[in-house]
Amino acid sequence: MADVTASDGALRRFLHGLPGVDPVGLEGRAAALGTRSIKTTAKAYAIDLAISMIDLTTLEGADTPGKVRALCAKALNPDPTDRTTPRTAAICVYPDMVATAAEAVRGSDVKVASVATAFPAGRAALPVKLADTKDAVAAGADEVDMVIDRGAFLAGRYLKVFEEIKAVKAACRREDGTAARLKVIFETGELSTYDNIRRASWLGMLAGADFIKTSTGKVAVNATPANTLLMLEAVRDFHALTGVQVGVKPAGGIRTTKDALKFLVLVNETVGEEWLTNEWFRFGASSLLNDLLMQRQKLSTGRYSGPDYVTVD
Amino acid sequence: MASLFEYAPAPESRAVVDIAPSYGLFIDGEFREASDGRVFKTVSPSTEEVLSEVAQATEADVDAAVKAARKAFETWSALPGSERAKYLFRIARIIQERSRELAVLETLDNGKPIKETRDADLPLVAAHFFYYAGWADKLEHAGFGPNPRPLGVAGQVIPWNFPLLMLAWKIAPALAAGNTVVLKPAETTPLSALFFADICRQAGLPKGVVNILTGDGSTGAALVAHEGIAKVAFTGSTAVGKAIARTVAGTDKKLTLELGGKGANIVFDDAPIDQAVEGIVHGIFFNQGQVCCAGSRLLVQESIQDELLDALKRRMSTLRVGDPLDKNTDVGAINSAEQLARITELADSGTAEGAERWAPACELPSSGYWFAPTLFTNVTQAHRIAREEIFGPVLSVLTFRTPAEAVAKANNSQYGLSAGIWTEKGSRMLAVASKLRAGVVWANTFNKFDPTSPFGGYKESGFGREGGRHGLEAYLDV
Repeated sequence: MADVTASDGALRRFLHGLPGVDPVGLEGRAAALGTRSIKTTAKAYAIDLAISMIDLTTLEGADTPGKVRALCAKALNPDPTDRTTPRTAAICVYPDMVATAAEAVRGSDVKVASVATAFPAGRAALPVKLADTKDAVAAGADEVDMVIDRGAFLAGRYLKVFEEIKAVKAACRREDGTAARLKVIFETGELSTYDNIRRASWLGMLAGADFIKTSTGKVAVNATPANTLLMLEAVRDFHALTGVQVGVKPAGGIRTTKDALKFLVLVNETVGEEWLTNEWFRFGASSLLNDLLMQRQKLSTGRYSGPDYVTVD
Repeated sequence: MASLFEYAPAPESRAVVDIAPSYGLFIDGEFREASDGRVFKTVSPSTEEVLSEVAQATEADVDAAVKAARKAFETWSALPGSERAKYLFRIARIIQERSRELAVLETLDNGKPIKETRDADLPLVAAHFFYYAGWADKLEHAGFGPNPRPLGVAGQVIPWNFPLLMLAWKIAPALAAGNTVVLKPAETTPLSALFFADICRQAGLPKGVVNILTGDGSTGAALVAHEGIAKVAFTGSTAVGKAIARTVAGTDKKLTLELGGKGANIVFDDAPIDQAVEGIVHGIFFNQGQVCCAGSRLLVQESIQDELLDALKRRMSTLRVGDPLDKNTDVGAINSAEQLARITELADSGTAEGAERWAPACELPSSGYWFAPTLFTNVTQAHRIAREEIFGPVLSVLTFRTPAEAVAKANNSQYGLSAGIWTEKGSRMLAVASKLRAGVVWANTFNKFDPTSPFGGYKESGFGREGGRHGLEAYLDV
């Protein structure tokens, strides 16, 4: 596929040659899959799977080491009343909190993910973005969540976006030859059209994204069933064409168990079980976890507990 | 197919519907036995379980029902439109209130998935009554002159594929226009019409305005031949439609026919592929393909044939076939042993004539009437499966090279009911749509229904329109 990224013109022709997206049909399909009825054993499986897929996130200006450590404790032990509860996939923090988080989860399988590249707007010069990325990786980040330059994308400068992702990917490399996994955030709410989301997905995958991610959680429209379905179709088609598997991470706005199960149904019926693992599918969320825990308690005890029976962090 | 994420059974409860062991004919506001006491059984096609026994109406019963409807016509047609509207609004609301019960009932008697009766049939049934209720007091503004008059008694014969929805398509405009009706539901799906009779009573509809006669083809024949009716409306097979046209010929009865189809779903190389695949699947596997406007012929541009068929097969492999009452079932049972035999015979002819047959691996239940979603490639215009209506979950795939060839092949059919166009190019969409001889042309969608939109066919798909303002014309003296 090297030829399609050889020049701005070639890349544009390739991206604009992808099949169009009919919005009514896409949203209709996502809504139809949303009516699946997930009960009993299937629900128990899906709740545990969803918990294990969460990137437990705190991205506030007010974040402190104390807040981050509390969140790490939650990731390691989501439900103190039930030690069989799976851990979350990762903790997601700003770069300056990576060292604190890495220290707190050391020795566990919980990963540390860091947003980088002048998150959330991405409005900084490339050297600044690369320094931001390297700083996070050096502090111990296992995963980097970068934002694309939406301005460049919307202006049609696809090659600039492509080169920037490639450069960030290179900055994820560690001295020992390993690398942090790269999640590429499109900010789908700013790209606005489904055709743009499909093009951005292919652009990100061509540039080496390990994950494609919907959004930052900082704009009005974040993850939706329809834009996640579209990105799942893109990773499915990319895998069929190149053999390379890419993960998907919807982020922002997924707050309830019911929502999470709908996303898992999308995964199950679009890309199948190869993606039904936290290696290839994640939820960027914070309040979702407590709702999953309450539903999990309901399934195991038969009674609803309530928000005072899960921890607030 | 074992999967990590196996959906546990999610059956809708049968307890919401109470089916009596037997039902009579609904004539003049009362249920009564057939004049000769004969009955027949109705079974659940997914299990072959007997659901109930219903009366087999005789000629004498037809006569009694038509007489009751004629008597009721005198007062019903004289009511102000706004009064008739009140009854129709009331019926629509009761249907909404009882929609879960009716959805389960329809799924039991017809075999279609609960997902469809719950999300498609029942909402459309209620919407149809609401829509025509709105017309009842506005008939003078419908474009048929200053004082359009009703016709009299409408004799209506409906099919088994959408039992309650076809009843709504027939009864709602007839009543709104001031007619009274005698309706015969299909032999294999009589129950929802009998529940509708109960809804008429619940709504306080005057006696004789709606009469329901259950029975076989002989009942339908007696009804359309009865001299007391002014209008015949039939939805069903082209063969029966032709017989009805011969019966009605030479009389002053008005006639509308909604007959068979062999809809072409045309996919151009610039189509939104993922959505086109969904549209193809919905076009042919919705209601097990037992839809007169099904997209049973897929016309795909040769340049994207392989890509599209790969995607289609992958998607078909995710269809969940099985217990219609399970909320996660996508494809339910075939309505009857007779229909299953017809589908099987036509599908076998496809193999015999040289087309290539494919179906996803799927386990079918051991009892009941089942047919796996099936795809035929290498189909030519000369094959029976490209020309004859299969009325089942069987898709025939043909290819074309240019838009002109697509139009020529799509129109090369004795039928002309529906067609679909898939392209992201608006100018192509409009140009092709204007050349297709089909009553409904869907663009980048398929099998979308709305009470405001007229529906009907060209050629052997019938004549007359149902739905929308156009649907009133069939029930008015214009």
